[in-house]
Amino acid sequence: MAETDEQKEENEEMGDQEKEIAEAAPPEEAMDDDLLHELVDYLRDNRTQLREEWVRRITDAKLLQVMTPEEIFSEVTAVYDNYVDALETGSVETLQAYARDLSERIIPRGVETDEVLGIVLLLRDVLARSLFEHYRGDAKLLDRILDAYEPAANRIMVTVGVSFVEERERVIREQQEAIRELSTPVLQVRDRLLILPIIGALDSQRARQLTEQLLGSIQANRAQVVVIDVTGVATIDVEVANHLVHTVEAARLMGASAIITGLSSKIAQTLVDLGVDLAMMKTVGDLQGGLEEAERLLGQDSRAPETGADGPET
Amino acid sequence: MTEDEVVVEIDSDADLVTARAEARALASDLGFSRTDATLIATAISEIARNIVVHVGRGRITMSHVREGRRYGFIAVARDEGPGIRDLETALAEGNASRGGLGLGLPGARRLMDEFEVVCGAVGGTTVTMRKWRILDELEILRQKRREAERS
Amino acid sequence: MPVAILRQGDHLIASVQSDLSDSEILSFRDEIAERVGRDRARGVIIDVTALDVIDSFVARSLRSLAVMLRLRGAETVIVGIRPDVAIAIVHFNIDLDPVRTALDLDDAHAVLHRLGRRGNVDGG
Repeated sequence: MAETDEQKEENEEMGDQEKEIAEAAPPEEAMDDDLLHELVDYLRDNRTQLREEWVRRITDAKLLQVMTPEEIFSEVTAVYDNYVDALETGSVETLQAYARDLSERIIPRGVETDEVLGIVLLLRDVLARSLFEHYRGDAKLLDRILDAYEPAANRIMVTVGVSFVEERERVIREQQEAIRELSTPVLQVRDRLLILPIIGALDSQRARQLTEQLLGSIQANRAQVVVIDVTGVATIDVEVANHLVHTVEAARLMGASAIITGLSSKIAQTLVDLGVDLAMMKTVGDLQGGLEEAERLLGQDSRAPETGADGPET
Repeated sequence: MTEDEVVVEIDSDADLVTARAEARALASDLGFSRTDATLIATAISEIARNIVVHVGRGRITMSHVREGRRYGFIAVARDEGPGIRDLETALAEGNASRGGLGLGLPGARRLMDEFEVVCGAVGGTTVTMRKWRILDELEILRQKRREAERS
Repeated sequence: MPVAILRQGDHLIASVQSDLSDSEILSFRDEIAERVGRDRARGVIIDVTALDVIDSFVARSLRSLAVMLRLRGAETVIVGIRPDVAIAIVHFNIDLDPVRTALDLDDAHAVLHRLGRRGNVDGG
């Protein structure tokens, strides 16, 4: 439909208003492409000396001392190029991926968070100063360039920093988990048979962790029999005894039989006092005996041992 | 990080499926281990069924709280039923409600850390249960950092 | 359909696809009982891998299902109970002895096979 004269006027007015708004406070997306291009081209043309300046500043600040000059140079090059790309495309994804990759490599070498943040800050500073020097003659252009550069640079810095910190935290968690698992090792001695030797004091928290680990191992190793050796455990309290019973039952729900070995008379008494029917639990005096019983169970049938009470036939 | 509250209306047994899923999601968001998230979801299932079976309708509100070094998952189940006439019996171990319908309240109690039942003066029952987890060192460090930045 | 039931020889394999409501569980019970009768199945394997939560009602239902199916001449094996779910179930102290369990389908078939051999009166 053709516009009425009134509508035409309105549209023209709106058009002018929009232009005004766009010119008054350019948001990131409205930064004109020419300006961005100019900025990125400048950074690329001066890549070599800006990079060198950056490395100089890094060394002066005594950062990344765990790395050799060659390593620093190659990482610095990659970061610089990714940085400029991120400025150009507005997308930090590639930079993020690179930051994570870099973090994975340097964290084991002992590079600290403050070093990583430090070098990114230095790059930001090096580039900002250089831009200032270069565009000093044209104050208005300098303003616009810095206005364009600042938020983008900040965003990049946060991205790199956060990636590094997250990677670091992931590594720490993994290490914590590994340490925890080391304290209760579940051993696979042969196909379908696991041994869990428990040594030392057992509190409720450790017992809980133990259960989870054992059940996870049953699943991961397709175990049919687990031998839980408590020779190394002096006493257990009611809670832990409950955990032990739960563990045996939970293992059964996953199709695995549990044999308890090394029960001292003290612990046996605790269990009996608790009302645990020791006849229902498979117990053997010592580990050796337990392993023999395990073999018997495994050999009884080519694949599956008894799980659950038998029906009428017994 | 998470919404403040998750509310599930309990009207029929189909709502149990929703309640379980929401409970697990919230527990996971709060950083509970897989096992604890399952225990929580299972407890929610028990009290949700309790509502359906005894009253017909009610609601479960799930939220969280942070107390110093620990995070708590909180579930409050409310119904406007006649209340539990014999609370002691209902909570007693070994009591299944109406033959084979599950353990309901005693079942949920075993799975959670804290468990209370309050019957209103004119009826209605409120079940409140909580499960806690300790913040790990990393989280505590992060909290400290944040607090330091603020001051 | 929340539970898919397949036949393999004289075994039935019921695969739970997603979380089940109570009424779906009861329907499933009826259906599997009917199938056992119709197909004259000697064994039923119920795969609950997809169940994130097995509460006391579900556990009891599985138990009564196993008992009922045995009365109809079929043994039941449950597979796919995950570690975290197993831990939750044991809190209930429900007597799940009638319910046989196995880690996966292969083991389940082996269990049924062994049970079939032992209880086999017809020979063959």
